[in-house]
Amino acid sequence: MKYVDEYRDGSLARAIASTIRAEARPDASYRFMEFCGGHTHAISRYGVEDLLPPNVRMIHGPGCPVCVLPIGRIDDAIRLASMADVTLCTYGDLMRVPASGGKSLLQAKARGADIRMVYSTLDAVRIAEVEPTRKVVFFAIGFETTTPPTAMAILAAERKGLNNFSIFCNHVLTPAAIQNILESPEVRSLGAIRIDGFIGPAHVSTVIGTRPYEFFAEEFRKPVVVAGFEPLDVMQAILMLVRQVNEGRAEVENEYIRAVSAEGNVKAQQIVSTIFELRDSFEWRGLGLVPFSALRLREKYGRFDAEKLFSIETAPAQDNPACECGAILRGVKRPVDCRLFGSVCTPETPMGSCMVSSEGACAAHWTYGRFRQHVSNRERAAQ
Amino acid sequence: MCLAIPVKVAELLDDDMARVTIDGVSKEVSIALVDGLRVGDYVVLHVGYALSRIEPEEAERTLALLREAGALAQGADA
Repeated sequence: MKYVDEYRDGSLARAIASTIRAEARPDASYRFMEFCGGHTHAISRYGVEDLLPPNVRMIHGPGCPVCVLPIGRIDDAIRLASMADVTLCTYGDLMRVPASGGKSLLQAKARGADIRMVYSTLDAVRIAEVEPTRKVVFFAIGFETTTPPTAMAILAAERKGLNNFSIFCNHVLTPAAIQNILESPEVRSLGAIRIDGFIGPAHVSTVIGTRPYEFFAEEFRKPVVVAGFEPLDVMQAILMLVRQVNEGRAEVENEYIRAVSAEGNVKAQQIVSTIFELRDSFEWRGLGLVPFSALRLREKYGRFDAEKLFSIETAPAQDNPACECGAILRGVKRPVDCRLFGSVCTPETPMGSCMVSSEGACAAHWTYGRFRQHVSNRERAAQ
Repeated sequence: MCLAIPVKVAELLDDDMARVTIDGVSKEVSIALVDGLRVGDYVVLHVGYALSRIEPEEAERTLALLREAGALAQGADA
């Protein structure tokens, strides 16, 4: 595949790793957070951590929208889908996410709720169009990448004069979450972890551009390198971060120049701001309430807002108290530090948010990383 | 969730739609969010929408930088 295969060249990855080893100062340690779940997955899947010297460590951030969606919102969606006249459309990622009382959308569907997996918001609009007697609700989640498609669906429904289509909006914002990781009060209670720089999201940045990260570079003196999702992109971004740290720089750099510009997709930004406005606060699973971190529909588009149409009041729902996702999402703990990891909590029966999606830190470690650990333990035993 | 794939624009259709292909698979997607696309362009595709055009020159420049970063180590090892 063009623009994919050439960024997965193993021998070149090993060569870049040698350069990282040569340039990382042996007397220093480097801790970089990849914010985005797509990077977490790539790092685990391609064994990027195996190629890095021991003093360069990757910390997995909270950039997995499925993982950070609070249980209460899944409960809401299941309640919606259980109404006789409602058809709930959702991306496949959400089907297996555990809700309260051991429920999930998949289980609700098995019990007869009209829940349909869609690939695109276009499909949800089409369902509303051909089934006018159904109240079609699209379960909208995701970061800035996924928000413009939701906005486009509302514009399409408006254009087509549909009065049976609405959005259950759970869209969240990347910069607000990064800021929360750097300065929230919980950082003090959980213990702060030193983060020397960030790998910035790939596809979020195609929409928002690289400018929003300049605040972190300036205000918090943290280097940010926006990178593509292929393994060589990640390796190169790590090298660029090592160089910034070595040179005492804290700048926003762009490794993913083939798809990301400084200003981003202005047309998409304009459409999003036409439809959506900031919420004062939104709950993130693992992070708690994060101010100005999510979007809701503007008053003008209230007739497409499922929260208004169905008077949704999200009730608080508890995570398993033994779950360490909060600390893991902030990089304070690693998946193996949680006693639920791999015992009761696996991708088949996830207890916490980080195990829910393949992009979560725990799921990625379970799927790929634990074998690595097994090998390194065995090597250590043989010595 | 934010995963997106590079696909090639094969045909421009009405209503800001296009037929795109990847490895012989073809699909109709929306190109309403990216202006000025032409047949043969590559775009980043996410949940049925093209989000940005992939710039061939910048892609080549990135590959050159990657090769350069790899070559540095071989120089250092030698």
